[in-house]
Amino acid sequence: MNSEPLVRWDWIGAHLGPILDRVGQHLYLAVIAVSIGFAISFGLAALSIRRRRLYPFVTLLATAVYTIPSFAMFAALVVVSGLSIFTAEIPLVVYTFILFVPNIVAGFDAVPQDVLDAADGMGYTSAQRWWQVELPLSVPLVVAGLRLATVSTIGLVTVSAILGDRFGGLGYYILDGYHRHFPTEILVGGLLSIGLAVLADLGFVLLRRLLTPWAAARAAAR
Amino acid sequence: MDIVAVTAQWLADPAHWQGPNGIPLRLGEHVALSVVSLFLAALVAMPLGLWIGHTGRFSWLVVSSANAWRALPSFAVIGLLVPFTTLLDPNLGFILYPTLAAMIVLAGPPILVNSYEGVAGVDRDLVEAARGMGMSERQILFGLEMPVALPVLAAGIRSAAVQVIATATLGATFGFGGLGRYIVLGDANRDNGELFGGVVIVAALALTTLAVFVLIERRLASPGLAARTAG
Repeated sequence: MNSEPLVRWDWIGAHLGPILDRVGQHLYLAVIAVSIGFAISFGLAALSIRRRRLYPFVTLLATAVYTIPSFAMFAALVVVSGLSIFTAEIPLVVYTFILFVPNIVAGFDAVPQDVLDAADGMGYTSAQRWWQVELPLSVPLVVAGLRLATVSTIGLVTVSAILGDRFGGLGYYILDGYHRHFPTEILVGGLLSIGLAVLADLGFVLLRRLLTPWAAARAAAR
Repeated sequence: MDIVAVTAQWLADPAHWQGPNGIPLRLGEHVALSVVSLFLAALVAMPLGLWIGHTGRFSWLVVSSANAWRALPSFAVIGLLVPFTTLLDPNLGFILYPTLAAMIVLAGPPILVNSYEGVAGVDRDLVEAARGMGMSERQILFGLEMPVALPVLAAGIRSAAVQVIATATLGATFGFGGLGRYIVLGDANRDNGELFGGVVIVAALALTTLAVFVLIERRLASPGLAARTAG
């Protein structure tokens, strides 16, 4: 790689279209995984809140899954589901559980009993109480889970590049650049994937501000 | 084809237990890389965490920066290091240094955060009492705070070790050997026995590491504290 300059701007200029496509693919793979992971985790968290005894088992299982190397899980799933979108998405989805479930459970646990009693006393039905009191008050911790899961998933999408050039998002450039001894490609893939994670994280911070205006008001009043 | 049967068959084949691609050698590479990267990470992260925990200086920086640092995807980190490490050494910089350095990056945050939180979490009354008894700052750190914080310190190293062992498999995609090599080769040759054999050995290594650390942590706990948690 020594004779090769670190960044060849002409290559980047000539490949803006494909680079943008990879960014799109990266986000596509990540958004599907985070959405499905969030939906399943919400179910698991709801179950854990209703049946407290199940909670340790849910977290144990989610932790065990998380210790399986992503690289091994992608490769092993090829045997089961071939080179399909499932092989890329299943690991990404199951890795989100350990990041989502504890945060969602903690989010609902953090709603003070007084507040729930007050809502009951004001005549809220249980559905109204859930939508108008419990859900909004759990937002900060749920969003904390979303930040963790999104950042982690955007990072893991790069690993799916081992499944071939139909996957991987920006990870494709990291792997291809490595094989071709071409630093420009590696830097494009690596830096853009980290940049996407940072942007997504900032996006969620803004979302939390919008969803919990009382938190900002309280901080300003102090 | 039965995956369990072909995996057992691959693992039982004596030919896979010798030679330059044999299990002992690949296991050795994997363990050596993990131990070296953990050691180097601890060498930097632990004194830093202990110092910040003891003095309280820069504590605002630790948790936030460690969390951001932790979010760095290892796959991208290994790749990003390649262009720079190859400048140092065209051969080792291509197959060894990127994975090694990325594992140090991975192991650092849990060790830093736990060293900091372990020491910062020591009851301030205890520290004030020690100061009142005339212990020097150094004596307080090594004689009081560290022993009390030991379980938390060990937990940080344990979590770093398990993550490094699991993630070091990625190195096989970037020229490093180790146990990930079986996963790469098994995938490339459509040899399920080899692929799942590799997965089984990595998982076994990670779980063994976890078990060893849990045993060590039990012995490390100060007898007084252990009695208190037991009672």
